Amino acid sequence: MKTHEVVIEPGRSEKNYWRDLWKNRELLYILSMRDISVRYKQTILGTSWSLIRPLITMMIMFFVFSKVAKLKGDPGIPYPLMILAGLTIWTFFSNSFTQISTSITANSNLVTKVYFPRLIMPLSSSVVSFIDFLVALGLFVVLTIWYQFWPDWHILFLPFFILLALLASFAFGLIFAVLNVKFRDIGQLIPFIVQIGFYACPIAYSSRLVEENAGEWWHPIYYMNPMVGIIDGFKWSLLGEKAFFNPTSVINSVVIITIFLFISIYFFRKRENSFVDDI
Amino acid sequence: MAVITAEDISKRYIIDHKRGKGSTSIKDALGDQMRKIFNGKKSPHQEAEHIEHEDFWALKDVNFSVEQGDRIGIVGHNGAGKSTLLKVLSKITEPTTGRIHIRGRIASLLEVGTGFHPELTGRENIFLNGAILGMTREEIRKQFDAIVDFGGIEKFLDTPVKRYSSGMYVRLGFAIAAHLDPEILIIDEVLAVGDAEFQKKSLGKMRDVSASGRTILFVSHNMTAVQALCNRTLYFERGQLIEQGETNQVVASYLSKISKTKLIREWNTPEEAPGNDLVRIKKIEILPEYVDNQIFIDVRTPFRVRFEYWNFMDKANLNLSLHMNSMTGECIFNVGTQSQPYSKGLIAGECLVPGHFLNDGTYNVSMMIVKDTVTPLYNMEEGLIFDVADYRDGVAWYGKWPGYVRPQLKFHTEMMEENILND
Repeated sequence: MKTHEVVIEPGRSEKNYWRDLWKNRELLYILSMRDISVRYKQTILGTSWSLIRPLITMMIMFFVFSKVAKLKGDPGIPYPLMILAGLTIWTFFSNSFTQISTSITANSNLVTKVYFPRLIMPLSSSVVSFIDFLVALGLFVVLTIWYQFWPDWHILFLPFFILLALLASFAFGLIFAVLNVKFRDIGQLIPFIVQIGFYACPIAYSSRLVEENAGEWWHPIYYMNPMVGIIDGFKWSLLGEKAFFNPTSVINSVVIITIFLFISIYFFRKRENSFVDDI
Repeated sequence: MAVITAEDISKRYIIDHKRGKGSTSIKDALGDQMRKIFNGKKSPHQEAEHIEHEDFWALKDVNFSVEQGDRIGIVGHNGAGKSTLLKVLSKITEPTTGRIHIRGRIASLLEVGTGFHPELTGRENIFLNGAILGMTREEIRKQFDAIVDFGGIEKFLDTPVKRYSSGMYVRLGFAIAAHLDPEILIIDEVLAVGDAEFQKKSLGKMRDVSASGRTILFVSHNMTAVQALCNRTLYFERGQLIEQGETNQVVASYLSKISKTKLIREWNTPEEAPGNDLVRIKKIEILPEYVDNQIFIDVRTPFRVRFEYWNFMDKANLNLSLHMNSMTGECIFNVGTQSQPYSKGLIAGECLVPGHFLNDGTYNVSMMIVKDTVTPLYNMEEGLIFDVADYRDGVAWYGKWPGYVRPQLKFHTEMMEENILND
C-alpha cells in the first residue's frame, strides 16, 4: 500500500486539493442524498413542491404582466410558456446561489469536527437545486405539450446555458459563502439580492422590450447583468428563433462569470482553512 | 519510522473582548475600511482595537514526533491546548506557525456521531457518518453488519435517529467510528460517553486497534485509561508541551501537579492558630509511606494522619476524633482515640490509614478535640484536602471503580464440578 503523505503548514494549500476533492466524491454524493431526502421527508406533497411553486408563480406573473400591465411578449410564443422558461432557469440559479451562500454555515457542525475539502459543501448544495431544476424542467415539457409547442435544433444549446447558470451560481455564491462565515449579515442580504434579480432579469417580460429602448441610458447597464444573457439564451434554446436573444449578451455573461469564478475560487481556497476559527 | 513529526507548532486565536468570539458585523468592517479610504484616519473603533483584541496562544512552540505503532496519550487541564492540537493534526484548522509531516491515512474522532442528521434513519446515518469519517460506501457495506451488531441497534435501523435515546445515539456513533480502518487514529475523549458496559466495550475495541500495530493519539482525562492504553504521553499546560515520555512517569507528574493535595498545615504560635481559649491547633499533616519513588498517594499507599494541638487546660480528659469525608460530604469513617488525662502543653496524635483501603477520589480530614468523651471542644473541619489516585493491575476495566472504600478482601473462586453440560 502506498503511503499517504501530508504536510500541514500555515497558508499551505493542499497540493493535491483537486485530487482530494475527486476522492471525496462519495461524500459529495452522500451529502447531496442527505439534503434531498431530508428535504422531502416531512412534507406531505414531497417532490410536487418543486412543481407547485413555479406553476403558481407563473400564473400570477402571467396575470400581472400580461393581463394587467399588458406587456408584449415575443410574437408567436405563448406568454405563460415564456415566463415558465425564464422562471425555471432563474429559480435554478437563485436556489443554487442561495444554497451555496449558506452551505458553510449550515454545515458548521461538520466544519468544526472533520476535515474534507470544503468545496464539497457548496457542491452538494448545488446538486439539490439541480434536482429541483430537473423536476421544474419536466413541468415545462408538460406545458409545451399542452401548447403543442415543439422545440427545434436550438435545444442542442440548452446544456450550455444550464452549465453557465450553474457556474454563475458558484461565481457569486462562493464569495458569499465565505463572507457569511464571518459576517452573518450576508444571510439577510441574499434574499434581497434574489428579489432584485427577479425583476432585473427578463423573466416575466422579454428583453425585446428593453431592446426597443436601445438609446436609453440604462440600456447598457441592463446588459451588464450576466444573468440576462443566460436567461435569454435558455429561452431561445427551448422556444426557438422567435424568442428574443442577443448573442453578444452571452459573451458578456461568459466573461463576467469566468472572472468571478476565478476570484471566488481563489478567495474560497484562501479562506477555507480558517472557516473553523470564524464560524 | 516517525509517522508524525510536528515542528514548532503554534496556534494563535484573537480574542475580541467587546463582542466575544464569533461573527463580526459587516457594518464595522466596512465602516472601518471606508474611513481609512476617505480620511486616512483610524476610526474610533479601530483605535480601541488594541484594547479589545488580545492574542491567545492555544498552542505555543510544540515539538514532538510519533513513531509507527505508538499509542500516545495526551493529557492536561481543560484549555491546555489538547483539542486544538487534535484539530490542527486533523487539518480542521491550520496552525499559525510550524510544520507537521504526517505519513499515513489519518482518521479523527473528535465527537461521536459527527454529522448525524436527526431526520434520517439509523441505516442512512451509518452511511452518512461513515462517509464523513472517510470510509467508502464499499467499506461501509462490508462493515455494516458488524457496526449494527456492535452498536446493538438492530431493531431501530429504520427509525429516524431523532427518536433514539441518547445512549443509542452514542452507541451507534461509536460503533461506526470503531470500524474505521485508518493507519493513524485520533480520538478525543469519546470514552466519557455511554454506560459502563459500553465504555468497557469501547476500550476493548481500542485495545484491539492498538494491538494491530496502528498508531493512536488519545486525549483523555481518564488517567487509568491512558495508563492502560498508551505507551507514551504528552502533557500540555497553557498551550505548551511541558513534558513527554513514558506514560507512567508523565501521568505521575501530571497527577502530582493537578492534585489538590496539601499534605501539611501548620501554625507556629498559638496566637495565629485556629481554635479557642481551651485548645488551639498547631499542625495537621499527612505522611504517606511511598514505595518505588512514588510522588503522590494512590489507592495502594498507606499514610499517617498526624495532628498536634496546644491544650491550655490544667487537667482534662481529652480524646481525638478523626472524620474522613468524601468531597460530596459523606463520612467514610470515623475513628477516635482513648480518652486520657492531660495537663497543659502540646499534644500529638497519629492515625494510620492502611493502603488498599480508600477508593480513588478526593477526601478531606476533620479533626475534633473532645473532652470527657462527650463535649466537643473544637472541631477542625476540612483540616486537609487530598487526592487518592487510581491504580490498577491486571484489570481491563478502566471506568470509575465504584464504592467509598476499595479494600482487598480475601475472595476466591474454585471449580466445583467439571463438564456439567455434556453428560
